[in-house]
Amino acid sequence: MAITSDVLVVGGGLAAVTAAVSAAREGADVRLVSHKASTLRQASGLIDALGYVPATEPAKPLRDGPPTAGRNLDPDEWPDPEGPLADPFEAIDRLPESHPYRIAGSDALRDGLDLFDDLAGDAYRGGHTDRNALVPTFGGAVKPTARYPAAAEAGLASDDRPALIVGFRSLTEYDARAFAGRLEAAGVPFDAAGAEVEFAEAFRADAKITRVAKALDHDEEIDGVPAREALAKAVAPHLHDVVDGSGGVDRVERVGFPAFLGDDEGEAVRAELAERLGADVFEIPMGPPSLPGLRLEDRLFDALDAEGVRFETGNPVVGVESAADGRVETVAVDRKGRTAPYGADAFVLATGGLVGKGLDSDREGVREPVFDLFVDQPDDRYEWFVDDAFGDQPYARFGVRPDERMRPVDGDGAVQYENVFAAGGVVGGADAAREKSASGVSLATGIVAGRQAATEATQ
Amino acid sequence: MTRHTDDDGSAEESSEDDRGNGRGRGEPAPGVPEAGRDEQPSIFVPDDGEVPESDAVGARDSEAAAGGDDAAARAATDGGVESATGGTDSTDLDPDAYDPVDVFPGGDLDLREGADSCYKCTSCDTSCPVAEVDDEFPGPKFQGPEQWRLKRKGDHDIDESITSCSNCMRCDDACPSSVPLSQMHNEARGQFVERQMEKLSVEYIRNRLLANYRTSARLASMFPRTASFAMNFGPARWAMEKVMGIPKERDFPEFATETFREWWKARGGAKVENPDKRVAYFHGCYSNYNTPEVGKAMVRVYEHFGYEVMVPPQKCSGTPMFANGMLDDARRHAETNVENLVEAIGEGADVIASCTSCSMSLRQEYPELFDLHGIEDLAEHTFEAMEYLRIHEDLEGELDAAGGPDEERELAYHAPCHARNQGLARQAVETFRDVDGVTVEDVGDSCSGISGTYGWKEEKYEKSMEIGEEMFEHMEDAEGDVGMTECPTCAMQMEHGTGYEIEHPLQLLEDSLGA
Repeated sequence: MAITSDVLVVGGGLAAVTAAVSAAREGADVRLVSHKASTLRQASGLIDALGYVPATEPAKPLRDGPPTAGRNLDPDEWPDPEGPLADPFEAIDRLPESHPYRIAGSDALRDGLDLFDDLAGDAYRGGHTDRNALVPTFGGAVKPTARYPAAAEAGLASDDRPALIVGFRSLTEYDARAFAGRLEAAGVPFDAAGAEVEFAEAFRADAKITRVAKALDHDEEIDGVPAREALAKAVAPHLHDVVDGSGGVDRVERVGFPAFLGDDEGEAVRAELAERLGADVFEIPMGPPSLPGLRLEDRLFDALDAEGVRFETGNPVVGVESAADGRVETVAVDRKGRTAPYGADAFVLATGGLVGKGLDSDREGVREPVFDLFVDQPDDRYEWFVDDAFGDQPYARFGVRPDERMRPVDGDGAVQYENVFAAGGVVGGADAAREKSASGVSLATGIVAGRQAATEATQ
Repeated sequence: MTRHTDDDGSAEESSEDDRGNGRGRGEPAPGVPEAGRDEQPSIFVPDDGEVPESDAVGARDSEAAAGGDDAAARAATDGGVESATGGTDSTDLDPDAYDPVDVFPGGDLDLREGADSCYKCTSCDTSCPVAEVDDEFPGPKFQGPEQWRLKRKGDHDIDESITSCSNCMRCDDACPSSVPLSQMHNEARGQFVERQMEKLSVEYIRNRLLANYRTSARLASMFPRTASFAMNFGPARWAMEKVMGIPKERDFPEFATETFREWWKARGGAKVENPDKRVAYFHGCYSNYNTPEVGKAMVRVYEHFGYEVMVPPQKCSGTPMFANGMLDDARRHAETNVENLVEAIGEGADVIASCTSCSMSLRQEYPELFDLHGIEDLAEHTFEAMEYLRIHEDLEGELDAAGGPDEERELAYHAPCHARNQGLARQAVETFRDVDGVTVEDVGDSCSGISGTYGWKEEKYEKSMEIGEEMFEHMEDAEGDVGMTECPTCAMQMEHGTGYEIEHPLQLLEDSLGA
């Protein structure tokens, strides 16, 4: 017999969690199945909604013929994207009609963000306004984002207090001085300086950031000095490093660290450092390995538990096992070689896009492997992309096409399965990387798909 | 390591192999342990006269010779036909029908595809419980894909840090690209142990002893009370730490006075016959020698659901051997297991394990590392005990109808890492969520830190306890003061860190069903 629930959510990221919680809040019995540990641990932990509206038409007509394979003959020209946007909601109408925000509606985004605020609680900021915050990220870029971890709050680019950016020689992918230079080049309204300090040198050069975070969590002794004190002592000599435009020296009022200030005890670590330094302390979100992503994953999976959602990770859903009358009855879960049926009255597909492997591709085409849903794509592979890497790449918008209830439709616009809904990266139509919209799309489509799945299952 | 796994031994380079393993290369005698190599009882049994060395030696000799004295008879009830490789008499599963995949073309596992799939997202590193406490450990990304590239041409030694990997396999679960990290680690560790580890070193001998737990357990359980006392006897433990590097802080598990197999035999075997619903129970070493109540619970619960339980001859699943790079030992035991379990499968059974590391080994490590006849069938037919009932029976409905256990129960549950990798980390919590009078609290997703034999090494003891700290704290915070887990070594760690008594979910299931 099948393992059953009212709603089965396939996936483990932000969209899947959103769909699962919103379905549970509608009264459905929900199960979430994720192939692997949540990919939230790779995420920056920032919750963006819409930062830019990129141009979908080139500045001059694209050249006919095969691509130039990077030889840059007669290159594409694309207008700069519109943005950074102050208000994501007012720009939604300027997105293409096939964009998930246009289909789900701006209320879906608003509801999704509200749900997120509720789940994230005091660990996140930004819910007080519709407007985007500008958060400096790893690498020195400034990202427009709707929500951000409390740990990043003191680092906002709209804050004009001078900032010291701290780095460590052993953390090779993060150069504090280059970072500070790029921030200034980006025109932030504050003075910044980068300093490389001796702290992580006590650890082996390639120690994982989880090791450093754990040492700070537990305030382990580093060469006889508790870790938090040792870190503060290493930073203290640099508190006057910032030189303003007129050559004056200010004592910094805030200090930014790479995001490894503790895992479970982050708040206590930041508070102690702030007290010792006499300055606000903030974290700069990084790429993977990402502690802000890990913390968010922990928080959201605790929320799943609290909402009564059943969840399991470790085994993939590999296909439809039985379907009748246009409805999926059971899907097959591969349990180490043998499949087991999982039955539900409604299903939410939230497996991610091309990077998350919710879409699979080869030279012949792009497909959705679980339900074999229709993925709109040009027949000719050379039309999947344009020469300019930062242009409007058609492949970036590949994915399933949903109706307004988030049910995927086929090439003729007909619903494929009455009880299958889609959310997150597997939904096409958004260019999340250029728009800075990945989290918002997950929240907006997740909440619609979750509610609709619950309605479908419990009616 | 793979050179030793070819059935005919043709790909071996015997010239360099001077570790005196004694197994004649090219002479097919697998499955028959060589006296003095596979079993080294004198280390584990103190020379205080209680257990004369000669008895232990006698047991081993008689086993090897399949002799007829008491010890041998006892050994026979304890599991083990010592058997040769391959095949089965079953009519359903014809050995000729197998297409043994040549997973070791040219002698080494081809893990290139796995290495190429790695896009360096470091999800494995952030999930590694060892890297979190030990900055000398370069993490799974290095141990797996990066080390694989380095050693491809054979001009690079395996980095010694591979021995710090505890084989918890959390990296497998974390990897979004399905890079076979644990398979890469197992291969590298096997190569390290085979080619670079000094075979007369204390570390090697200690690891071999720990890995071959079944051997010591079988001997100890011949004199269970004496062994339980002697192995935890202060001066003996001091000596073990000094001489063998086995931390004196740890208590050796108690040995049952009646093993599971002895109980099974005395009981007269299965009480239910049902050719349509058969399961073959892989009890593993621990449920047999140390916690037979887990095995009994399995039998009673399955009989409650009308299953005919078979208990085929079996040896160690190999889990502790993989973790110590002793792949030859693991393969020798696998031959027995595969042969007997495949025979049971031929008689219509699925294979059920109560230990999540045993099921992990049979399902994943076996087909990844060995190419024995029927090994893929075994992997496909193996399930964890509660998992199987959840798939095939209305377990929650049955629990609901039974109305819960006689007494209120509150348990602090820890999901073993190997359960996590099979998608089983939440099943105990979910199954008992709605059972009246039962509260099961998940103590979080941290690793217990013991990882089988890892925490049994003096040099790893502190790391092991540091990893386990989060779990200990959460256990203390939980309402219940009885712990619950599927994994025997996690259970040891939970007990060691908190003093709680630890149960297996099958025991709670037995109580709740009134089975």
